Amino acid sequence: MDKIKSERIQKKLKNSSVGIAGLGGLGSNAAVALARVGIGRLVLVDFDKVEEKNLTRQYYFLEHIGKSKVESLKAIIEKINPQVEIITHNIKLKKGFMEKPFKDVNVVIEALDNAETKTLFIEEILSKLPDTPVVAASGVAGYGHSDRITTKHLGKLNMCYDEEAKSSDDDVLMAPRVALMANWEANLALEIILGEDN
Amino acid sequence: MSIEVNGKKVDWVENETVQNLLKRMRYTFPLVVVKINDKVVPRKDFAEVKIPNNSKVAVIHMISGG
Repeated sequence: MDKIKSERIQKKLKNSSVGIAGLGGLGSNAAVALARVGIGRLVLVDFDKVEEKNLTRQYYFLEHIGKSKVESLKAIIEKINPQVEIITHNIKLKKGFMEKPFKDVNVVIEALDNAETKTLFIEEILSKLPDTPVVAASGVAGYGHSDRITTKHLGKLNMCYDEEAKSSDDDVLMAPRVALMANWEANLALEIILGEDN
Repeated sequence: MSIEVNGKKVDWVENETVQNLLKRMRYTFPLVVVKINDKVVPRKDFAEVKIPNNSKVAVIHMISGG
């Protein structure tokens, strides 16, 4: 292992922060990946409680059913890496105020479920926090077709994208593909924070 | 007189709005994020904002799931 590279990365990550909007399949898995690599601060936003049906793909355990997602994920991350500072917002993001919890993070990850909210969120963050890079995902549903997923860099917007995927209203959400895209988002956030790996 | 839409070169049409361009390109997805020369266009302005000549347009289709 390259010790100098590893130390440089650790230091940079320790001083960095990522905000995550939505703690479902995308958000919970992305948060855990970022906690494992040693991100300094995570801002976690969700209004929901953990339900049994979430366990097919979201990073929660049976014991979390009925508890808030923000508090459950905070407890999980503290068991993995207690060095991460975790800020939680148990709120529903409201149109017109969506950027509020994310004003002082280095990267924002969009991990919402519904296409309407995703679109609104991206529009609001890009226009209200024009200097903050946004990582978003579209086309999570289904299984297989891993190699249809691509990265699209559009200025400050970085998309993890499968434009041929169906909406989750008409398709299934399954752990492998959801976790793939969640980790794709976390990986993009790392690339933004650390610069391209070379 | 042309513009680029998702990397594809197409004719520029004078006074064409975002809404009309989406129609011309047959992008029927209900939810899209549109950027013109890297600036995001809010959906509420699609009927008013006109596409300038030589611009680069990105249309990203948002699909539910997360």
